[in-house]
Amino acid sequence: MKILKLDDSDLKTLLARWYETRDLFSPVEKNGMAGWKRIEPLEFVEPAKGVPKTSLKTFFFPQPETLLEYSARPGDEGAYVPRPVKEKARERIILGVRPCDARSVLLNSLPFADDPYFKAKKDTTLIVGFTCKQPCSTCFCSWAGGSPMDTEGMDIAMTRVEGGYLADILTKKGEGLVDHLLDNREASPEEKEQLKTLREQAQGGTGSEGGPAEILKKKNLMDLYNAPFWQGLADSCINCGACTFLCPTCYCFDIQDETIKGKGRRIRYWDSCMFPLFTQHASGHNPRSQKVQRVRNRFMHKLKYFPERFGPLSCVGCGRCIRECPVNIDIREVMRDLLSIP
Amino acid sequence: METLFSQATEAIKREARALLESGEVAAFLGFAKGSIPTVTRPFVARSPEETDKLIWNGLCVMNLANYLPGLLKSLEPARRPGEPPPEGPLPKVGVIATGCWSRNMVIQIQENQLIRERLVILGIDSPGMIDRRKLESLAGGKEIQAIEEAEKKVVISGKGFRLETARQEVLRDNCLTCTHPSPVILDKKIGPTMPERHVHEPFARIEEIERMDADSRWAWFQKEIECCIRCYACRNACPLCYCPTCFVDDSHPQWVGKSVDPVDTAIFHILRAYHCAGRCTDCGACESACPMGIKMRLFTRKLQKDCLELFASEPGLDINSPLPLTTYGPEDPERFIINGSKQQGTQGGK
Repeated sequence: MKILKLDDSDLKTLLARWYETRDLFSPVEKNGMAGWKRIEPLEFVEPAKGVPKTSLKTFFFPQPETLLEYSARPGDEGAYVPRPVKEKARERIILGVRPCDARSVLLNSLPFADDPYFKAKKDTTLIVGFTCKQPCSTCFCSWAGGSPMDTEGMDIAMTRVEGGYLADILTKKGEGLVDHLLDNREASPEEKEQLKTLREQAQGGTGSEGGPAEILKKKNLMDLYNAPFWQGLADSCINCGACTFLCPTCYCFDIQDETIKGKGRRIRYWDSCMFPLFTQHASGHNPRSQKVQRVRNRFMHKLKYFPERFGPLSCVGCGRCIRECPVNIDIREVMRDLLSIP
Repeated sequence: METLFSQATEAIKREARALLESGEVAAFLGFAKGSIPTVTRPFVARSPEETDKLIWNGLCVMNLANYLPGLLKSLEPARRPGEPPPEGPLPKVGVIATGCWSRNMVIQIQENQLIRERLVILGIDSPGMIDRRKLESLAGGKEIQAIEEAEKKVVISGKGFRLETARQEVLRDNCLTCTHPSPVILDKKIGPTMPERHVHEPFARIEEIERMDADSRWAWFQKEIECCIRCYACRNACPLCYCPTCFVDDSHPQWVGKSVDPVDTAIFHILRAYHCAGRCTDCGACESACPMGIKMRLFTRKLQKDCLELFASEPGLDINSPLPLTTYGPEDPERFIINGSKQQGTQGGK
């Protein structure tokens, strides 16, 4: 696919054009906290540094997501018979997405490959990513298998260079967004070379070969499971869901029927492996009744079970959990501890 | 440089080590340095060597009382449900306690969640703890890479900046209105005794909210909780919240919806606050734990004000005076039952 060179006014024109038929979203400051918001084209500013506080998963796993609807009035025709929700499928573009967040969509689509709700969201969403110039001290995307210059999961990847952006058009959908510019804005060979160099510099050399995912996959599961350091983590943990709810690749959910004033809906909403009820059986038995078991599961899932089943870690290294954990549980330390087990 | 904090850190290390070495306690609960400068890590030392990790500074914001019931239970020999505890004394825990944390321990003892004899409390007067969000907003979006703290000032620094501020400017809101920095129960005192504090208008912000009309108050409340993600960090950081199954988690019966529907989120916050009525010590752990920066402490602060005005009660100060909502007396205000009663009541009793 092509690489275009766009100046700032090109970008403005593009945003206005996209806005005609699609919804635009981007990170914005809200109460001093960066979150995601629907924006007008002129509101867009490239985020200075880092990622918004909440992750991109809000777009793909709405909190809550209505799966089915039903009438809960006994007299109604078809009462209590669930029917699919008719959703308006307006396309949306998410702007200003960092490589880590874009990659999370790709990682989540591994377990959710056949999930119709996730697929529907993915089909109607375009991601215009912005590569990272300034990593935060809590960022570790390269270690987690990505890179600050990564383009995985994006439709278009913008990289800030002098005089504008180099826009790497990565998918057919992305091409559709800029089709009128394809022939007159192509980047020069020098500019393409510049982008290539930036990418090579960003690759820390930890790629998938010999990265933590590959190493942890080879380690004996029970050695990791029975490691001595889990108790120490559980000592600090308060078992809240801050880490899981801010994490872009924590996707666990629960399903419930809600009935309000004769209208019923089946909703899917976020759940967390930190909560004791997450694994509570109907029998009353709870296989993870202890805090230490729950803490261990969160990390084992991300760093061992997921890689074994799908390949990469279920972590993009965005550092949200590190920044916001009220008791400073740091997944990088857990990774180091796990890697140090023979 | 020797500071109040480095002296206290050394004293805590020394005392904790002695307690573990002598075998008087099986574990010592304190704080360790965090991997990022703005957050410390509640930490359990189980051997004398591990006490080297203990620290003390203004970012020790989690209420340690919160960990005690679980930690003590985990140290007991395993037994089946309903089986009585073994004969003889059970293992003890050493713990650091400031004014509010020690009051929470008193409340836990009153509510039969803790046994005083199983605690060895190192009391320390709270210097007022720091609000990391205030530091972050001072840094104006730049990343804080180091914090230096002295008795009266705090210096934050990072790439290309170094800012000094008066400690008072970055204290947590609850610490700014705190009048009880000294521990109420303790076995050994660490560090100097802070002078008694008088706070001018301790409920100023609450009175401001009370003066709003109902609609604007509701609008304020909804705006405040708008970004709640229902992670329950506030609840889980709270030493008053020890129910085995919280009402929000219960599904049989279900009291409240599970997602971030504004009505459900509102119910969660209102009920959480009311469950703390007459028990909250305003330790501020809820607010410090919240990843979204919600000021939910104002909800419990209002109830604190009501308890003070209606029952002249500040919970946890005296182990022998029952919590206001667990007792009754002929002098209790009853304006909420008897219309037009001459009882001295306040707005809170409406």
